[in-house]
Amino acid sequence: MSDHNGQVSATPITERVQQLTQLLAPFKKEKPLPEQPKMGFFTDTSLCIGCKACEIACKQWNQLPATTPEWTGTSYDNTQSLGATTWRHVQFIEQIERRIPHVNASDEKVLKLPLFEMDTPVPQMGMDLSALPELAGTPTGTALPFFSTDRWLMRSDVCKHCANAPCQEACPTGAIIHTEFDTVYVQQDICNGCGYCVVACPFDVIARDSEGDGQAHKCTLCYDRLKDGMKPACAKACPTDSIQFGEVEQLKRDAQERLGFLQERGLTDARLYGADDKILEGGLNSFFLLLDEPETYNLPSNPARPSNHVLPTSLGVIVTAAVMGLIGTFFFKQE
Amino acid sequence: MHEPANRSVRALPMLSNLMEIGSRVQPFSKESREKAPRIRDAKVVHSVCPYCAVGCGLNVYVKNGKVIDIEGNPDSFINHGTLCPKGSATFQYTVNASRTTQVLYRAPYSDHWEVKSSEWALDQIAQRVKKTRDETFVERLDDGRVINQTQGIASLGGATLDIEENYLIKKLFNAGLGIVSIENQARI
Amino acid sequence: MPGLGTTLGRGGATSFPQDLVNSDCILIMGSNMAEAHPVGFANVMKAKDRGAKIIHVDPHFSRTSAVSNLYVSTRAGSDIVFLGAIIHYLLENQVYFHDYVVNYTNAPMLIREDFQDTEDLNGLFSGFDPASGTYSNQESWDYQRDEYDKPLTDPTLQNPQCVLQIMKRHFARYTPELVESECGVSREEWLQVVQALVENSGRERTSTLCYAVGWTQQSKGVQIIRAGSIMQLLLGNMGRPGGGVLALRGHASIQGSTDVPTLYDLLAGYMPQPAEMLSTKPESQHEPTSTTWGARQDKHVHKNTQQTLQEYIDVTGQKLGWWSNVPSYIISLLKAWYGDAATADNDWGYHWIPKITGDHSHINTSYAMLDGKVKGYFLLGQNPAAGSTNARMQRKALAQLDWMVVGDLYEVESAAFWYKGTNGEKVDPATLKTEVFFMPAAASTEKEGTFTNTQRLLQWRDKAIDPPGDARSDLWLIYQLGKRLKKLYADSTAPRDQGLLNLTWDYEMEEPQPDSHLTDEPDAQLVLKEVNGYYVTQTNSDGQVTQYDLHNAPHVPTFTALKTDGSTACGSWIYSGVYPEPGRNRAASRISDGKMNLDWGFAWPANRRILYNRASADPAGKPWSERKKHIWWDAEQHKWVGNDIPDFPPDKAPDYRPAPDSTGMDAIAGTDPFFMKPDGRAWLYAPTGLKDGPLPAHYEAIESPVQNALYKQQSNPAAKYHRDRKDNVLIELGDPNYPFVITTYRLTEHHVSGPMTRWMPWLNALQPSLFAEISPELAQERNIVDKGWMVLRTPRGEIEARAMVTRRLRPLRIRGRIVHQIGLPFHWGFQGKSTGSITNDLTHSVLEPNVSIEEAKAFLCDIRPGRLSSSEHNVGRKEH
Repeated sequence: MSDHNGQVSATPITERVQQLTQLLAPFKKEKPLPEQPKMGFFTDTSLCIGCKACEIACKQWNQLPATTPEWTGTSYDNTQSLGATTWRHVQFIEQIERRIPHVNASDEKVLKLPLFEMDTPVPQMGMDLSALPELAGTPTGTALPFFSTDRWLMRSDVCKHCANAPCQEACPTGAIIHTEFDTVYVQQDICNGCGYCVVACPFDVIARDSEGDGQAHKCTLCYDRLKDGMKPACAKACPTDSIQFGEVEQLKRDAQERLGFLQERGLTDARLYGADDKILEGGLNSFFLLLDEPETYNLPSNPARPSNHVLPTSLGVIVTAAVMGLIGTFFFKQE
Repeated sequence: MHEPANRSVRALPMLSNLMEIGSRVQPFSKESREKAPRIRDAKVVHSVCPYCAVGCGLNVYVKNGKVIDIEGNPDSFINHGTLCPKGSATFQYTVNASRTTQVLYRAPYSDHWEVKSSEWALDQIAQRVKKTRDETFVERLDDGRVINQTQGIASLGGATLDIEENYLIKKLFNAGLGIVSIENQARI
Repeated sequence: MPGLGTTLGRGGATSFPQDLVNSDCILIMGSNMAEAHPVGFANVMKAKDRGAKIIHVDPHFSRTSAVSNLYVSTRAGSDIVFLGAIIHYLLENQVYFHDYVVNYTNAPMLIREDFQDTEDLNGLFSGFDPASGTYSNQESWDYQRDEYDKPLTDPTLQNPQCVLQIMKRHFARYTPELVESECGVSREEWLQVVQALVENSGRERTSTLCYAVGWTQQSKGVQIIRAGSIMQLLLGNMGRPGGGVLALRGHASIQGSTDVPTLYDLLAGYMPQPAEMLSTKPESQHEPTSTTWGARQDKHVHKNTQQTLQEYIDVTGQKLGWWSNVPSYIISLLKAWYGDAATADNDWGYHWIPKITGDHSHINTSYAMLDGKVKGYFLLGQNPAAGSTNARMQRKALAQLDWMVVGDLYEVESAAFWYKGTNGEKVDPATLKTEVFFMPAAASTEKEGTFTNTQRLLQWRDKAIDPPGDARSDLWLIYQLGKRLKKLYADSTAPRDQGLLNLTWDYEMEEPQPDSHLTDEPDAQLVLKEVNGYYVTQTNSDGQVTQYDLHNAPHVPTFTALKTDGSTACGSWIYSGVYPEPGRNRAASRISDGKMNLDWGFAWPANRRILYNRASADPAGKPWSERKKHIWWDAEQHKWVGNDIPDFPPDKAPDYRPAPDSTGMDAIAGTDPFFMKPDGRAWLYAPTGLKDGPLPAHYEAIESPVQNALYKQQSNPAAKYHRDRKDNVLIELGDPNYPFVITTYRLTEHHVSGPMTRWMPWLNALQPSLFAEISPELAQERNIVDKGWMVLRTPRGEIEARAMVTRRLRPLRIRGRIVHQIGLPFHWGFQGKSTGSITNDLTHSVLEPNVSIEEAKAFLCDIRPGRLSSSEHNVGRKEH
């Protein structure tokens, strides 16, 4: 249908386009809304305390039903995954060294050692700290790591709002858009629940609400709140600023700075995920600071894009979807 | 507008322009255009979180006599708009179909609740209090010291009781009725 | 909170969570702060980013531990060994803040020669009476005093009878080796903690100590808090920005419930409830406990009678320091309660106040209930059937009542105990007599009123909407009940009923609330006005006297306006100033200024945010350092100035020295920051006010796997054991049937015993089940499978829980052998949308001696794989 220069052979297509345009008239709206600065999330796992306020704030604002309670025993993670009604999900990863105390017979009494027979010199108060600016800087002296050596990693997961979103490219109905804030949004008045986006998402974010309306759902980045200049509910609730919301470019600068701060404090494994353009050829508008390899957090280092020829595929899909959508809706309703 | 993805441009510029499908430039539906936060134009009431004692400020949004949303108060120096999961769930604590909203009465040895009116219950409770108090009130110890107390009635309150409620409980029960075992979760 | 009052003068957190960002080091011990107070903990995270060291010492690796710089795994119940060794270290190496300690604490005070320490008596202090299990004679603990009753001192700190020297001897046996063998903490780890604290204290730096119920819910809780406070005083951290002891209250208005108390042993503002003790012995088992919340006596005064107001004042007030004002506070309270009927001629109605005759605290009352002595019970927002220790006993006790009133939003366990039980517990309504009235309650958003939070801050809540259905506020319930009772007694002339009939009881709303359908709701602002205080009479310059009632009275501006002549009424003197004039409810004020936020809410007393802040300046009144300045003396203006409301007489110069015979506040020098104490100093050593000793001493938990390594005395000698109770069987030392230590804690996702969370599907999905955390080693030892079921057993009860096998719990090496610890949340019960066993069915009801608080943080149990047979049966029945 097209050559490599993007030229189109006119005649047969034009008619078809007209037909299709008519067919799709209900979906075609006026011009896009005026462009706004790109908005996104920076989720900094070095600040997460695993409180799950984000999960509840999201449920509350979006009035999403609770998932069926199921105790998983997987650390403190009972939500398990993102889903059609769970748009924030906090992961818990225990990295605790096994320490079995050494016991031997000679310990079987209270040790009687001379007091304070230790190599470490006694620290003194009133060290000269005049050089320090007011309440700033890391104190000298006892070197403690930034985190306890045993780690309990926590991360609030969410839709990545990919700059080039596979779900959007797979969507045959035009339901999934990049909004004026460049966030990825599923328009519920258009989505027909075909589920192509579900398989397209390399992060298992988007899902069909099979117990509800059958349509695809995911984090909206609180599109409604953004319209009034309000913070998304999760970012607003997060007590420790682990979830930061703002203009993507600024967030990315902040993230670089934060990474440097942590690396200076010895967190050499800390890294950003999705802050550059590498992931999905454009990066993520909702990106992360991780304290370990992406795989530790079940994040693909190099997520695959399901299709590199989205439009042709879409074209075929449009027709199929129009038909299948009707049948599908009917069929699933029967079920 | 956003730079359309290269692949789409290469593929079918005319079609994609016409249909705005399968490209970065998608049509905005009616819903998308009309989207607005539901608390736009709602009344804001200042409250305080009822859970732990940090004292986070809450904004309670009310529309048509109903609470439609509860969030942290961004002006509060305590929480700056943030909340923990319980605080974030205050909405579900208060707007919840499982709440008992009728006065229930269980008669001695009965195996069921009966729904009663508040007036009836208050009258009955007042009579029980009087009867028990009159039966158990002690004016003096054996050695003649005045104590004016009853141990026949006790009270245990939670820590979501307000200052004003605690004050009236102590005033009525202690200063008025002579009840000594007036206790609170603070002990626990 | 208990412990703080005795040591510092007031039973409240000395600072506030937002001040944590000014700390250079934060020690969190006895608290799972990130989980129990996540938003408060955000300040810890900020401090950490600013370079502060965060240290968490706890038996259980929690979300708090995960984000700290250093986590120290320790044995539940060994806190005083850990802290005692720090105190020892500071004294031995002379790294305490000398100028602070010598001027602001009672380190130089001389103690009587006949005082005997635990060193002398193998774990007991002098004055112990084994027969009653109490320190019945505490006179030897007192100061040596001069002819004016003032303590003798040795500012050189060399006199062997001075507090500092006594402490040196007392803490000598608290060594790093003992920390290693008793706490299971390596010397190196412990030393890291000490170093971090020492390096971050002093003139230029300050450290904060955060604690919560991990300390208070132990049989020696008050003494643990004392040990922590002593450490902070030696480091010079009290009363300074980024310093202090932050007592983290667990629930919205716990602080408020002790300030305007619904506690049996307190009147408003930490005045004790009048008492006529049955026992003629002082400091007996049944003595009221209020002295510890307030701790105001300058010395032991035990009088057999408090029959008159003067006797009450003699016993509870004091000659020196702030508490010399007791007469104006108590008379103003009596005026608030009894109005015109309270006159000088009738002792201001003092005789109408009931006198307590013993320990009427919650658990003791439950036992009285079990014995059939309590007939009627009000449970307003409290759930002892699941939330109090020895919960099985609690449920049995409820069944002995004639009637009870439950006010709550949901049908909690305590409302349903007559037809439902836990894990197949047999309940037959036909055998249970208790008549139950369930009164549906308004939620906090459905009524107006005030909470007092963890930093003593009063915050008013506006009402959003009417409560649903017949649900009403507790204020309405009490007010309407009071009106009915007054009517029922209206014709009585019996003296015993006159208190009720004379009670002022008019809180009618002058105009209905907008958008409300309720017509008979009392006016909470009027109640707050009474709490704040008002003028009963005012005399103008012409000598004309105007009489007022609550509705039209002018407000008193603050507690210094309160009088002894009956011209003022005040419901709680420490809250005076919250509502100083009509239209100015300072609790409702909402102005953030990004600094001290003095116009956001109102902090008692007098809106001071950091208590004892006189100590932020040196004796001459200059800040200890520029970096840590807070308030200071301005000689030109002749007053204290700075960032906060001075917690000190505003114009008392640093160089003021009292005359030898001075009394009241005149006896407080310009260098005495702790002026609630009669000597103006913080008490490292408590010469009076405590029931289990003047200094903290390590005793094992009532149930412990090891013998006390420090003293012959195994556990707190003065604790209230309830050994005579057959449902309170305790595990004896060395019982091989119960080898494991268990500690309980909160999860972020639930609240206390669950009445405020278990009916909420969102939260239930986050933590759907009771689980127990155990180490892989223990799991292996007892064949318990990860994610499977396990049964936990004590002599009080058996429960089942899911097993979470995790390295976050780790075996400890205690005195050469392995001690396993189990971690157990406690949020479940048999009601609600998420159900599970009741953790409190395991706990015992031994009480801390000073405050009668239960020991839920350290006890013993046994475990086995599987479920309770009754539960399996239940499950089968469900499926059928």
